[in-house]
Formats: sequence, structure tokens, C-alpha cells
Amino acid sequence: MGKAKTKVKFNKNYLSYIIVFIVFVVVEVMSAAGLMTNQINGLLIPACVYIIAALSLNLVVGISGELSLGHAGFMCVGAFTSATFSKIVGDSMNSGLRFVIALIIGALVAAIFGILIGIPVLRLRGDYLAIVTLAFGEIIKNIMNIIYLGVDSKGIHLALTDPAKLQMEPDGKLIINGAQGISGTPKNSTFIIGILLILLTLFIILNLVHSRTGRAIMAIRDNRIAAESIGLDVTKYKLLAFSVSAALAGLAGALYAHNLTSLVAKKFDYNTSILILVFVVLGGIGNMWGAIIATLLLYMLPELLRGLNDYRMLIYAILLIGIMLFSSAPAAITLRERVKMIFRKEA
Amino acid sequence: MKKFLSFMLVVAMMAATLTACGGSDNTKTTEAAGETAAAGETTGSAEGGVFKIGGIGPVTGAAAIYGQAVKNGAELAVKEINEAGGINGAQIEFNFQDDQHDAETSVNAYNTLKDWGMQMLMGTVTSTPCVAVAAETAADNMFQLTPSGSSADCVANPNAFRVCFSDPNQGVVAAQYIGGHQLASKVAVIYDSSDAYSSGIYQNFAAEAGNQGIEIVSAEAFTADSNKDFSVQLQKAKDSGAELVFLPIYYTEASLILSQADSMGFDPLFYGCDGLDGILNVENFDTSLAEGVLLQTPFTTEAEDDLTKNFVANFEAAYGEKPNQFAADAYDAIYIIKTVAEAKGITPDMSVSDICEAMKVGMTEASFTGTTGSDISWGEDGEPNKDPLVVEIVDGVYKLVD
Amino acid sequence: MSFISYLISGISLGSVYAIIALGYTMVYGIAKMLNFAHGDVIMVGGYVTFIAVRSMGFSPLPAVVLSMAVCLVLGIVIEAVAYRPLRNAGSPLAVLITAIGVSYLLQNIALLAFGADTKSFTSVISIPKLKLADGQLTITGETMVTIAAGVIITLGLVAFINKTKTGQAMRAVSEDKGAAQLMGINVNRTISITFAIGSALAAIAGVLLCSAYPSLTPYTGAMPGIKAFVAAVFGGIGSIPGAFIGGIVLGIIEILGKAYISSEMADAICFAVLIVVLLVKPTGLFGKNIQEKV
Repeated sequence: MGKAKTKVKFNKNYLSYIIVFIVFVVVEVMSAAGLMTNQINGLLIPACVYIIAALSLNLVVGISGELSLGHAGFMCVGAFTSATFSKIVGDSMNSGLRFVIALIIGALVAAIFGILIGIPVLRLRGDYLAIVTLAFGEIIKNIMNIIYLGVDSKGIHLALTDPAKLQMEPDGKLIINGAQGISGTPKNSTFIIGILLILLTLFIILNLVHSRTGRAIMAIRDNRIAAESIGLDVTKYKLLAFSVSAALAGLAGALYAHNLTSLVAKKFDYNTSILILVFVVLGGIGNMWGAIIATLLLYMLPELLRGLNDYRMLIYAILLIGIMLFSSAPAAITLRERVKMIFRKEA
Repeated sequence: MKKFLSFMLVVAMMAATLTACGGSDNTKTTEAAGETAAAGETTGSAEGGVFKIGGIGPVTGAAAIYGQAVKNGAELAVKEINEAGGINGAQIEFNFQDDQHDAETSVNAYNTLKDWGMQMLMGTVTSTPCVAVAAETAADNMFQLTPSGSSADCVANPNAFRVCFSDPNQGVVAAQYIGGHQLASKVAVIYDSSDAYSSGIYQNFAAEAGNQGIEIVSAEAFTADSNKDFSVQLQKAKDSGAELVFLPIYYTEASLILSQADSMGFDPLFYGCDGLDGILNVENFDTSLAEGVLLQTPFTTEAEDDLTKNFVANFEAAYGEKPNQFAADAYDAIYIIKTVAEAKGITPDMSVSDICEAMKVGMTEASFTGTTGSDISWGEDGEPNKDPLVVEIVDGVYKLVD
Repeated sequence: MSFISYLISGISLGSVYAIIALGYTMVYGIAKMLNFAHGDVIMVGGYVTFIAVRSMGFSPLPAVVLSMAVCLVLGIVIEAVAYRPLRNAGSPLAVLITAIGVSYLLQNIALLAFGADTKSFTSVISIPKLKLADGQLTITGETMVTIAAGVIITLGLVAFINKTKTGQAMRAVSEDKGAAQLMGINVNRTISITFAIGSALAAIAGVLLCSAYPSLTPYTGAMPGIKAFVAAVFGGIGSIPGAFIGGIVLGIIEILGKAYISSEMADAICFAVLIVVLLVKPTGLFGKNIQEKV
């Protein structure tokens, strides 16, 4: 415990990068040593997806101070647009280049949705804002469930509610098939790309937070009226944070879509939005490295509980409540402090 | 750093819980495989090991009804086979993992099963996860037999086969039956636009209806988020003069539709697909509401053959309820694996890929009679060659119609 | 004529949303937290009534009372164990997460205890349906009872909050917990009572929901819970008459949207109307305007 006194102060920003780096090294060493199970291996890319999603949501919830319950909607947009692109282009393009373009498209379209949705939504406050983001997420899911998109020699056809309305040529292929979604998306996502995208996400968010713009966003969060009175354009800054967050969520969605061969809109309902929010809250609101660790733990948790069979989700629920009480309840915090004091005295 | 320390404490706490869970892992899987698994290790080892068959499906979440039925049906078959001496003298160990009807979780479950040493996969139960897992089994060349994954893409790869009908097949058969028997010329459809199964059947039904001289006078959807009130859909069907209402949906919603139609005095013919099977077993359901409903199903608990009788009796004894079509599909799936594995002389010491190659050939040569059909054969496309039976509900039980 | 019949369907559906929303808004108004587990308490209420009637041979009314008692205790326990320790937590979102945890917990307990199979609920209401206009329009007994119950509960709650001492304590706690405590109000007890009332209302809502739409699964409460949350926000969350009217209006919009726009997009239409209303009136139909002080 003597070490604690001589600890070197270092910039907390680096902590996030260091954690990502450590995770990366540990995974690489383990797989080189042949210690990786299929289970852990399969969890790596989805974990990257949720880390990016959690980091981007943290920008809205933690830095901008708005409770969003529709984050999965942006993932949905990113996933569907990028997968559609990959399916249309098919093998006519090098798969690496195609994937990069798909990621960019996913992020861009999600950003556009972020701006379109942000303009009305950000006029509201608190729980009203939360319910409207939830509403938008559900609208996106509902619409994606009834979209049919096909490609034939004449170009792209789009229809709602019924694939027969596409009126495609016989050579046409159906890409988005309503509730059955997109199947057969190429599996381009890899762990390394996931890690690179996490680093990119961190880089964007941390630079934004520590810029003039970021300080303006936090000033608005802490006291909107005071911020306004010194001439900050509230709507502009909030919208900026919201759309950057949406773009990064779109990126996460694109990574998700290229990891599984079946993609359906049902996945991106309010439950997924709430799941991401749980990662953010557990990691400490506004705390980026906390969000990374919390996502890793909570995402792995139900998978590691598989040995419990039928009791798996029950235990997960109990642990979720327990962890939240333990990490956030004032009484638990005091208790922990006391325990720490005892240890210090002994040392 | 205070926050950091506190977080580390949480991490430590969770790690402790997790290791505890990890420790119980082995005992739990054998429990899941039934007590016979332990016996399998002793008797099986003499004959050259045990077959490790994995299963995946939703046992929690909104689709849990289907996953639990499959789990129970498969475990019953495994128990029976093990008691009768196993496959080629080797016992079966069965491990069923939850996927919550989610593609991503399903792939995670698949990877978990691979770590466990799975040699063949009986799953997944629902279509969307099945498509995602099928891509993984194809990459690993693992034999996959889905009891109930019905969308066309589930068995697109050569290593995957299914027990149930496909969605296109059901939609087309329904249109042909309604047209061929001139049940109605004006048909209304109520389907779940947020569900792959339901919208898949509807699409194929709509495409075939024209050829059969059927006019779809009203096609109204509902979604999983608004599946309580069907008054609008029923009112529109009624106003459009439909003589028959086609319900390519599951029985939970169908039971509500029947009771709401009754309450508004709308009494057309109702025609459903295999998703409707199970409606008579809904606890406390007034079966008189379902009187006269026609449905396509591969399986009825009322069938008179010995196979079905035994299955129903044993299932009721084990789980205290009547099996539905999902349980029957799973029960058959395990027996199909047994039949084919015996025909091809497959042993547990073969590699996953060798088993798959042998099973692939075996499946196309097999002729299987089970609870969901007799003399079923499979094409290389993985589709079973069997026709849906149409049954009518009369006096609260299924009656075969032709 | 079909418009009127759709309107009646909308009111039927809306009355169910309304009665759920009342419990939601009650808890939100006083404890200032979104109780995501409210929908699942409704489900518990449904199961208790179902088992009391079917397996224990209760007649409907005592079964409902039993179900209210069970949910009341459940509400108090949930609040004491999962919410109270976090009342003064650093972030108000912490308690939102435990509420989600409680929601998962109740669903999974129900799944293990009652199985995933759908149960068909027998309506506890024996009032015959009302037929109007030569039988072209029908109003079910369930709808009439649900609306009557909604009105009675609304009036009762308003009177309770305004007239009784406990009600006044609730309002005080809702305005300012610290000041209320200084005035000698037992904040913990007041919030406990709020949860007790809210959960007992959830039991009634569960019974009426399952009577009107008789299918019961461990996930029965989840979506109506979210819809009722929407209804409560619609009416101005925290406002009791607002919740009731918000529920009815939401039901009508959902049905009319399905009937005249698109049945595939019913959910989208519902949520779109909510968004438009909130943009015009940012605190809902009956919500209090938030005064901002510098």
C-alpha cells in the first residue's frame, strides 16, 4: 500500500488507450499461446461493437448530459446501410476496400440521421428527451422491418410492406427482405479492425472533449443558461455531440453487420439501447475507460454464466442489481472507504 | 484513483462469482444431458466414447416457448436412445444452450458448444439465429440439422438440413390447398410484419394466391410491439367480405384473434400454418373458439401410430404437458441423427468434418419415419421431402382432412 | 359506422394503457424515477390472479384482492432493496439501471416458476357486453369496467394526494425531499407508501389487461409497460389526470393509425404522434412547465 503514496500522476486520457492496448496484447498473447477458447474468440468482435457503442453513447449521456434511449436506432441505420452497400457491390470490389467504404457509409448515414433527429429532439429536456429518443429508435426499427430493397439490371428498387411492389426484373435479387432483414452479409469484421475502430472512436471523442468545443458542450451540460449568456450556441454544440455520437454508433452497427450473416431490425430495439446505457452507467457516466471495462465485463457476463443453464439470466439480473448497488449506493461507497481505511492502517 | 480502486473491487467480486460459476460448469452440463450422460461415460467408453450433440435455441426471452419445447423433445429422445444402447453402441451426451432468439447470442452459444466438444449440431430453433449459425457451421464443416428453422436461408449450405417445412413451402401449400379445395375465393390475411417466419409465409402465399384463383381482399399486419388488439385487422377482414382468414402466425396471437373475432361476431373459416399448432394446449384456453380452424401441421398428438403415441405418453410423463410440433421436430431430429449415423457407421472418434461428410451423404440416402412424417427423404438442398398435413379442429381435437 | 367502432376499440385499448400509466405516473411524480419494472409487476399481478382463480379456487374478487396484496408487498420490497439505497447516488441513472435489473429479475423468476407457455386468462369480469346500433357496435364488459376503474382511481388518487395528510406529505416529498425531511416528514415511509399504492394499482392493471387481452406469459407486461410510459409522458408525466387521458388518447391513435394509415406502421405512427405532441408542448398535455432559475 506504500506504493499508492508515490504514484505518478498521469493524464487520465491515456488510461483509455492503455486499457485497449492491454486488452489487445492479452488477447494476442493468449491466442498465440493457444489459450483462447472458441467462446472467448467469438466474443471479441461483438465486445468491440458494444465498446464503440458505449463510448459513443457516453458522449451524449456523459459529456453532453442528455439521456438517450434510442442509441440502437443509429446502430440499426449504420448496420443496414453498410450491409446493403456490401451486398450490392458484392465481389466486384476488393473486400478490404469494400469494407472500409461500408464502414464510412454506415457512419455517414447514421450521422445524417443523428442531425435530422437531433434537431427536434434536442429542444426537449430530461425524461421527455429520453422518451423521444426511445420513440425515434422504435420508429427506425418499425420502418426497417417493412422495407424491401432489391437490385436488378435497371437499378435499385425500394418498396414498403410488400416485396411484390418492387416489380423487379427476373434477374433481380432481394437485398433487404423486410422482417427477415439482410442475410449473407460478407464476414469482414476482425478483431484487429474492431480494436482500430475503438482507438479511432476514443481519439475522436477524447479530442472533442478536450477541445474548445468539448468545453463548450460541458459548460452547456453544467449550466445551460450561464453558457447561453456568454454567447454559446446551445443548439449547435448539442447537435454536434449528438451527431458525432450517432456516426460512431453507425460505425458500431456496420462492424456488427459484417460479423454475422443475418441482420434483422428486431435486434436494435429499446432493449439494446438500454443495454448500452447500462454499460455507460456502470462504467461511470462520462468516464471513457470505465465504459470500456464495464462493457467488457457486462458483455462477457451472461456468456460466462452459461454453466448455470436455466438460471443464467436470473443470476445475471441479480448480479446487475448487486453490482449497481455496490458501485453506486452511497452506503456501499462509505463501507468501501472504511474497508480501505482498515487496510491502510494495517499497511 | 478512488474510483479506480472501487471499480477494481467490483471486478474482483465479479471475477470471484464467475470462477465459482465456471467451476460448476462441468457438473451442470452433464445434468443438462440427463442422468444418462454419466452412465454414457462408463458404458460408452468401452465402445469408443460418446457422441456430443449440441442444441441451440431460446429458453429465455419472448420466444422461450419454442426453445423449451425443442430442448425437452430432444432430451427425451436422447434419454430413450441412451437407454436403448446409444448410437452404434456409443452413448449421446446432449448440451442445449440458450440464444434468446438473437443471432449474436446464438453464435456465442455455438462457440461455447464447440469448446465443449460438440460433434453435431441440432439447431437452431428459430430462423434468424439459424442463418447466422449456419454460416459458422459451414465454415467449420459441422453437420447441422435444424428442427424448426424454417426460412429459406437456414439450409442454404450443403452441411445443413432441416426437419420442418420451409416458409416458402408452407405459403405455397396453403394457397394450393385453399384454391384446390375451393375453400374460399376471397381471403384476408393477418400476419406479423416484424417476424421473419410470418412475413416469409405471407409473401409466398401472396405470390401463389393469384395462380390459385384466390383474391387477397385484405392483408393487415401487426408487430411484436402491438400484438394485443386485433380489432382493426378483423374489422377490415370482415368489411372486405373475406370468407377465409389466413393466419400465418404463432398460436399466442392466434388465440387472441379467435377470441376477439368471436366477440365481434365475425365467423369466417380460419386457416393457419404450423405455428398454430399448440393452440389447443394453451392452459385454460376455451377450445370451442378454435372449433373448425384448419391448420397445416406435420404432427398431431392425436395420431394413432405407435411412434406418436409413445412419444406423447413419454413426453407427458416427463414434462407434464402435451408436446407441440417443436418438441416433435426436435425428437425426430435426434432420431434422424441416430438413423443416419447408424446407416453410415459413424463413430464418436471420427473428426467433426468426417462426421459431417458422412452425415451429408447419409441424409440424402435416408428414408425416415418419425412423429412428424413417414418416409421422409432429403435432397442435397437440405429440404425434407414431406407434405404438410391439413387438420381441422373438431370437438377440441385435430381431425385429419384430405 | 366503422369509424365509431374503431373509436370504441381505441378507447378499449387506451383504457388499459391508461390504468397502467396511472401507476407509472404516481411513482414518477413522487419518487422522480422511471420504474421500468412497473410492467413486470403487472405481469406478476396477472399470474397471481390466474393461479388464485385456477389452482386455488378463489372467486374473482378475492383473487384480485390477493393479487393486490402480493404486488403491494412486492412493491415495498423492491423499493427498499433495489431503489432506496441508490436514492442519493451520484447519478440519477443508477436507479434506472437497478429498475431494469428488477425487470429482468421478475421476468426470469416468472419464467422459472410458471414456464414460458402462454396461459389463457379467464376474464374476471362477468358484465355482459353492450350492443348498440343493431349489434353493429359492441362495447365489452371489460372496457366498461376498465374505464370506470380508471376514472375512480384517477379521482381517488387526486383526492388522496390533495386531501389526506399522507398525500400532502407525498406532494412535499415530490417538491423537495430535503425540505420535506426538515418539516418532519418521513421521506422513506412516504416513498414506500407511494410504491405500495403504485404496485397495488399495477395488480389491478394486470388483471384488467389480462381480462381484456387474455394471454399471459412472463413477458406480458413488458411492452404494455413501455406503452404506458409513453402514455404517461404524453399526458405530462407526474400528472394523474394526464396519465389517464394520455392512455386513452394513445389507444385511439394506435387503432386509428392502424385502420386508416397502415397496420404495418402502427408503432411508428404512435411514436411519431408522441414526438409531434412533445415538440408542440414539451412537457406533455398536462405537464407542469419547468421553471428555470438562474
